[in-house]
Amino acid sequence: MTCHSALKSLLGGATLALALAAPALAQETIKIGAVLSATGPASFLGDPEEKTLKLYVDRLNAAGGVGGRKIQLVTYDDGGDANKAKTFAQRLVEEDKVVAMVGGSTTGTTMAMIPVFEDAEVPFISLAGAIEIVEPVRKFVFKTPHTDKMACEKIFDDLKKRSLAKIGLVSGTGGFGASMRKQCLAVAAKYGVEIVADETYGPKDTDVTPQLTKIKGTAGLQAVVNADFGQGPAIVTRNYRQLGITLPFYQSHGVASKQFIDLAGEAANGVRLPASALLVADKLPDSDPQKKTVVDYKTTFEENTKQPVSTFGGHAYDGLMMVVDAVKRTNSTEPKKLRDAIEATKGLMGTAGAITMTPTDHMGLDLTAFRMLEIKNGEWTLAN
Amino acid sequence: MPALLRRFLPVLILLALVVALPFLLKSAYQLRVATLVFTAGLTAIGLNILMGQAGQVSLGHAGFGGIGAYAVAILPTHYGVHPLAAFLIGVTAAGLVAFVVGRPILRLRGHYLAVATLGMGILIAMVIQNQQALTGGPDGMQVPRMELFGWRVRGAETWYWICGAFLIAGAVLAVNLIDSPTGRALRAVHDSEVAARVLGIDVARAKLTAFTISAVYAATGGALLAFVNAFVTPDIAGFLHSVELVTMVVLGGLGSVVGAVVGAAILVVLPQVLTVFHEYEHLAIGLIMIGVMIFMRAGVVPTLIGLVRGRSA
Repeated sequence: MTCHSALKSLLGGATLALALAAPALAQETIKIGAVLSATGPASFLGDPEEKTLKLYVDRLNAAGGVGGRKIQLVTYDDGGDANKAKTFAQRLVEEDKVVAMVGGSTTGTTMAMIPVFEDAEVPFISLAGAIEIVEPVRKFVFKTPHTDKMACEKIFDDLKKRSLAKIGLVSGTGGFGASMRKQCLAVAAKYGVEIVADETYGPKDTDVTPQLTKIKGTAGLQAVVNADFGQGPAIVTRNYRQLGITLPFYQSHGVASKQFIDLAGEAANGVRLPASALLVADKLPDSDPQKKTVVDYKTTFEENTKQPVSTFGGHAYDGLMMVVDAVKRTNSTEPKKLRDAIEATKGLMGTAGAITMTPTDHMGLDLTAFRMLEIKNGEWTLAN
Repeated sequence: MPALLRRFLPVLILLALVVALPFLLKSAYQLRVATLVFTAGLTAIGLNILMGQAGQVSLGHAGFGGIGAYAVAILPTHYGVHPLAAFLIGVTAAGLVAFVVGRPILRLRGHYLAVATLGMGILIAMVIQNQQALTGGPDGMQVPRMELFGWRVRGAETWYWICGAFLIAGAVLAVNLIDSPTGRALRAVHDSEVAARVLGIDVARAKLTAFTISAVYAATGGALLAFVNAFVTPDIAGFLHSVELVTMVVLGGLGSVVGAVVGAAILVVLPQVLTVFHEYEHLAIGLIMIGVMIFMRAGVVPTLIGLVRGRSA
């Protein structure tokens, strides 16, 4: 064998080795896609979600990945536009060939993307609230946040405990408020709650006293519920106190951020709302099974982003952990096997509560996942 | 160049593009992006008749797109109308709305017209947003799949060809209009309304014609987009989308049919290309826009044509 041919065979061998190694390497990364509304009107959802995903993927990879495999995160920003979201979804499936998707910040973008993932048979874990996403159950679609229906149920449950039955409902006409209003009207009878006044206001209204005055004048009124998110609820809360209404006042999980307390100021005291345990992480008793998860997430997020924790970032954390958990259990990155594994998720502790999926329940949370909070002296406290 | 060839050159360029692209585009995703360029391009060609030919601005054209899109979503879902019939009804309705609304508001000029059309667009978007029972509100609604003679129209490739065909048809109508008496009347109105009136042109009527035609284009584009996506949200009628449409026309080149499509292509494709820059995406889009506005003041296509002509002369 001459020196030349030896070199040739060596090169040949090296090429062969490379060729063999390449698919093995490709198999080792777990490609997870995320289409989020990181900018635009829904950026208050998408921004913490994106930061959470990037932060935790880096942390998982630094710790050696999942089962020896590194995670590769592909994120796209849809700007809150359903049309763009659908294009990016198709790109994730066809060009990037992701094995799962954690994203869809709003109900609109999620609903637009569902057909893409259903057709491609890739599991899609949505971070949006509305119940339409998982009802009816779609084979490849899951979601992490509580639904607005659960928020209504939690509020009505609390009303029942306090023996209050006749309530006034004041809701925003935006996506969140409109959807929650519908759900509240639907489940009221189940809890023996009678909605005696039903008023709405626009997303840009700066004064809601006319609607509240009408509610205030309703005979037999015992409590008032406000279904909305963003700045609207802060205005409603201020107007509520200005009108001197002293009846119990409930907000939804949509205001579960420090901003609400800042905006509503003094008026926020005494307001009750259902929310994720994340907001009261430090105040949970040590015996609480959720405490470790929420305190860990809160400190990690706040230390790394220097921003106050929000429940929305928590939804992304839960979604990512569901995929990671599924990969660990199946030891595979085949989308269909992942889907089956995600559907078999059992007792996974997330920031929103213990997640247990079934073929008929693709959200996996129950009412215990929600905590009833009361604002006292500008701080969140556990109501019971 | 023979006059006929010169007139139909834009159509031939677009036709070549529509036929050639499927050979270059590999995946359904890329076909989808091309399809989105076609639907946006169709709307932009129509808006260009109003802006480039008649010299009138509209900041509410997405509203007409919304009428077309929600017609094909609402009518089949709630009233069992065949999607094809819903499509025709939607486009006709948008034309009628434009005709009725256009009469009073086209009397306004400049900023006043801009504000009036803006208000009209926002009103349409608000109706869509608030009529929850019909439109599903801000969360949007599904668009039923079209069925023609027992065949379900679906798939990226099918819609690519349908939207491509509509784009070509829209371009043919537009170039014919430019060289018709109506087109000449519109250009006269653009140059000087007083002079046009002296020449015996019914200025109000000419403007109304352009407004109505452009609304029909927008509604067709909107309805096609709704079919392609099989889902609509109120964004489609929103103010931001209206601004995007105006940007397409101005960026591509006022008065140029190919320019409108190029403008649409830039605004649709650019965000897809720039995803590699992640955080700097918006900065890059902004810089490109500013660059075009400073160095290609007539818009991309007219400037390039001017360059080529200048060199060959």
